[in-house]
Amino acid sequence: MTLYREDAVVLRSYKLGEADRIIVLYTRTRGKTRAVAKGIRRTKSKFGARLEPSTVVHAQLYEGRNLDIVTQVETRQVHASFRRDLMRYGRAAILLEAVDLASEEAEPSPALFKLLTGALRELDRAGNPLIVPAFVAKLLKLEGVQPMLEACVECSRSDGLVSLDLSRGGVLCDRCRSGGFMSAGARVAMQHVFEGHVRHVLDTTENSVAEELQSLSSIMLDQHFERRLRSSRVAYEHLS
Amino acid sequence: MTSYAKPVEVLIDELGRLPGIGPKSAQRIAFHLLKVDRIDSDRLANAIVDLKDKISFCERCFNVSEGEECTICIDPRRNQAVLCVVEEPKDISAIEKTGAYHGRYHVLLGVINPLEGVGPDQIKIRELAHRVAAESITEVILCTNPNLEGETTAAFIANKILKPFEIKVTRLASGLPVGGDLEYADELTLGRALEGRQTL
Repeated sequence: MTLYREDAVVLRSYKLGEADRIIVLYTRTRGKTRAVAKGIRRTKSKFGARLEPSTVVHAQLYEGRNLDIVTQVETRQVHASFRRDLMRYGRAAILLEAVDLASEEAEPSPALFKLLTGALRELDRAGNPLIVPAFVAKLLKLEGVQPMLEACVECSRSDGLVSLDLSRGGVLCDRCRSGGFMSAGARVAMQHVFEGHVRHVLDTTENSVAEELQSLSSIMLDQHFERRLRSSRVAYEHLS
Repeated sequence: MTSYAKPVEVLIDELGRLPGIGPKSAQRIAFHLLKVDRIDSDRLANAIVDLKDKISFCERCFNVSEGEECTICIDPRRNQAVLCVVEEPKDISAIEKTGAYHGRYHVLLGVINPLEGVGPDQIKIRELAHRVAAESITEVILCTNPNLEGETTAAFIANKILKPFEIKVTRLASGLPVGGDLEYADELTLGRALEGRQTL
């Protein structure tokens, strides 16, 4: 029996047997890990609310044959606003689902861990709707599919850029256009995100551009994962 | 590979589909049923058939019911003005055991869960709004589970569905379990218990 300790974000959980849950964790040094939290659904469980989706924890686990077993959990970060604010929870769910889809078990990415914990913290603090587009842009960069934003991916023209199509690799001009409409403001904001000026984008972007980036980020996630994210549908259609 | 006679294999396969029953347990139950008297196995088979034949969801509250409406909905002694909203029919039995609630129920048959793609349109929230509009309800108690999905569902119902009706909307209190030790309480639960403290 090998015991180990890990910082982790709870991505999701599902019921197992009578009172247990399988917890999907994104850990700092082991990547995605699935573990059983025994008895967690009982009211007197020692885990309490510590293993709810989006919580950042320091957990002790031991390696099982198929699934690891959670033995102790300490909370590092509770995102209390997600319980009060439906839209923040909806947005957090998009981040969690995207990381769940982007990650594989036993393939660690400390950069992705840092990106997710940072985005959840910022979403909890300020609830800025641009957190999701900024997160998606950074996630795509980590995945190695950063879209080209400087010139048309087909004809290399740098003026008249009007749309973004991830399947073609970036922005397109009015002659080659496909994918979703992208305004100049949105393109510049996304360029700033890729250059690392996320704070600047969060603080200065206008509402109309923010809405556009939100819808573009949904399209980019759908194109990248080749499916509609379940949480985007619920968050944007029902919780907003 | 071990192969049993076809009926045994079919039974093991069917039992193995039940929640919490693995292949070994399924095999053990199948051989137990093979050993017991015919009358006992018939009783089990009839209970399953009866369940599917006679039980459906109550048309009013979505509790499990033998008729069109469940026993709680048709009981005139129940307080007609108070509605307790729960996730699943089994939650009703937990609340009934307390003996502290005498109103009626509304079962959502699920909970809003963005990560599973379950939105408010897939559970019985619209039906709850219809009931509140039609049944002169004065208080709705939201008794969804105190986890993230349950809290989200309660917040959605309170803020987006019930606000226009201007009725009393309450949420089940949360805090420390009776008989537990303070040192093992997680921060969120202990924080809630402090927020909801009572004057003695």
